[in-house]
Amino acid sequence: MNWKKIRKNKNFIAGSILTGIMLLLILAGCFYTPYNPNTMDPSAKFAGVSLKHLMGCDNFGRDIFSRVLSGSRTTLIVAAGTVLIGVVFGILIGALTGYYGGVLDEVLMRINDAVFAFPSILLALLFISLLGSGKYHVIIALGIAFVPSFARIVRSEFIRNKNMDYVKSAKLQGAGDFRIMFVHILPNTMTVLLSAIMIGFNNAVLAEAGMSFLGIGVQPPDASLGRMLSEAQSFLFSAPMYALFPGLTIILLVLGFGLLSDGLKNE
Amino acid sequence: MRYAGKKILTMCVTLFAVTLFVFLAFHMISGDPVTSMLGTQATPERAEALREELGLNDPVLVQYGRWAAGFLKGDMGTSYSYRMPVSEMIVDKLPVTITMTLMAFVWMILIAIPVGLYAAKHEGGVVDRIITVVNQIIMAVPPFFAGILITFVFGMIFRLFTPGGYVSYQVNTGKFVGYLFFPSLAIALPKAAMAIKLLRSSVISELKLDYVRTAYSRGNSKRSVLYRHVLKNAMIPVITFLGMALSDMIAGSIIIEQVFGIPGLGRILLTSISNRDYPVVMAVIVCIATLVLVVNMIVDVIYGLVDPRISVE
Repeated sequence: MNWKKIRKNKNFIAGSILTGIMLLLILAGCFYTPYNPNTMDPSAKFAGVSLKHLMGCDNFGRDIFSRVLSGSRTTLIVAAGTVLIGVVFGILIGALTGYYGGVLDEVLMRINDAVFAFPSILLALLFISLLGSGKYHVIIALGIAFVPSFARIVRSEFIRNKNMDYVKSAKLQGAGDFRIMFVHILPNTMTVLLSAIMIGFNNAVLAEAGMSFLGIGVQPPDASLGRMLSEAQSFLFSAPMYALFPGLTIILLVLGFGLLSDGLKNE
Repeated sequence: MRYAGKKILTMCVTLFAVTLFVFLAFHMISGDPVTSMLGTQATPERAEALREELGLNDPVLVQYGRWAAGFLKGDMGTSYSYRMPVSEMIVDKLPVTITMTLMAFVWMILIAIPVGLYAAKHEGGVVDRIITVVNQIIMAVPPFFAGILITFVFGMIFRLFTPGGYVSYQVNTGKFVGYLFFPSLAIALPKAAMAIKLLRSSVISELKLDYVRTAYSRGNSKRSVLYRHVLKNAMIPVITFLGMALSDMIAGSIIIEQVFGIPGLGRILLTSISNRDYPVVMAVIVCIATLVLVVNMIVDVIYGLVDPRISVE
């Protein structure tokens, strides 16, 4: 990567700016929100958009802006946990199967394909019904559902790299298998992996929002964008703004990660 | 033919593995149904007799075999909370999910192919750029938020449909399909945007290949090159995506059902998850999984027909 190339990469720039702003806002929200996201103020019920309440108030008089900030944080934490599980196990499985090949590769990839064929939301629903709902269970459920896609990508990168000259020369110098896998090959898969991570964030935010919308994801008192939307739906006619802001926040988060991923792919 | 046979075999093996996993997993967590059926006051002898009667003393694999065989015969067990056969609860909901998914699929194709081709034909033009930007944004809209927006715009402002005014297909098929018009659009929109992006880039890269130049040099018009030569090749990667999108949309319908108040498989699945009604959860998950696997198998077979290179390998 160099600066000249990056300056021409519109997707990457737009994605970085958008994601940067969203992350800054969420980070700021960790330390300061205009109101406590869970404090109810009956006098402010369905208050409109104003300087006092930037996004208005919900049916309990809670400040929507504060709730959107803390909800995005929850969403982002869940997404980060999900991607972390997916990446760690995906790298392990992908590296081992790609590097060694053989029967282990054949068996693991069959299982991988079978899991991959299922929509992640269905898998997550299956695991949630086994584990019960809640933030950490959602992370585990989605994380498992995300492993196959990472494993696939890492595996194909390892197969592509394992016969290259730099690996051969490292072998001649006496480097062990694990050193070759994780010190020599892994860093060379970084661009592809980063792009996959961004797509992972993109999908994880959507999946988490979907599950919270269904009421089986993050549980109160944790605010969550999906849950806010499902609550807002009952008041769509009287207070459309209540649904608009959490929805827009999801779109901006997903858009940012999507653009970043596209930008990294073109590198 | 051998290729299709291989795909069908793969599907059966996967289905076996999936059902076995689902059965074992729920077998482990659901605990002893005898306690919940007889209450905690039951004598050990009665409990033991009931356990013997229900076949709970047999090895797990035998129990799985019995469950799977029952499933094939249409006996999906009894719901814990409604005390009625699971099959009765599910059978009339399946058509709802299937119709909605198929309608969403039609929507996706109707939107994606013309728009994708137009954008590719006019690459770099103003319309193409607008399509690309709008596309990127639509891809980021979660289907359920698209559903909420559609409810607000078409249901509340333009009053084109009554939100929550679902009509069962057994009552009036026309109205049923009419009500699914917008929900299926909500499922299809983000997927259509992805398909447009894929089709556009696929057509553009095909247009740069040598055979296109040859086709032009033989006096073919732009139209005939695009439709008779390029589209066939450009569709190959798109078909894979369409197949994945179709199975995604089966699962996506679970969420959209909640937005539009449609009593389909999704609603049953969600209430049973919160009631811990495991026989129902198992049955719905196996039904959806079977649908997904059948769809994937069909897509694989079609893929082999469209791209002969695949089936030779």
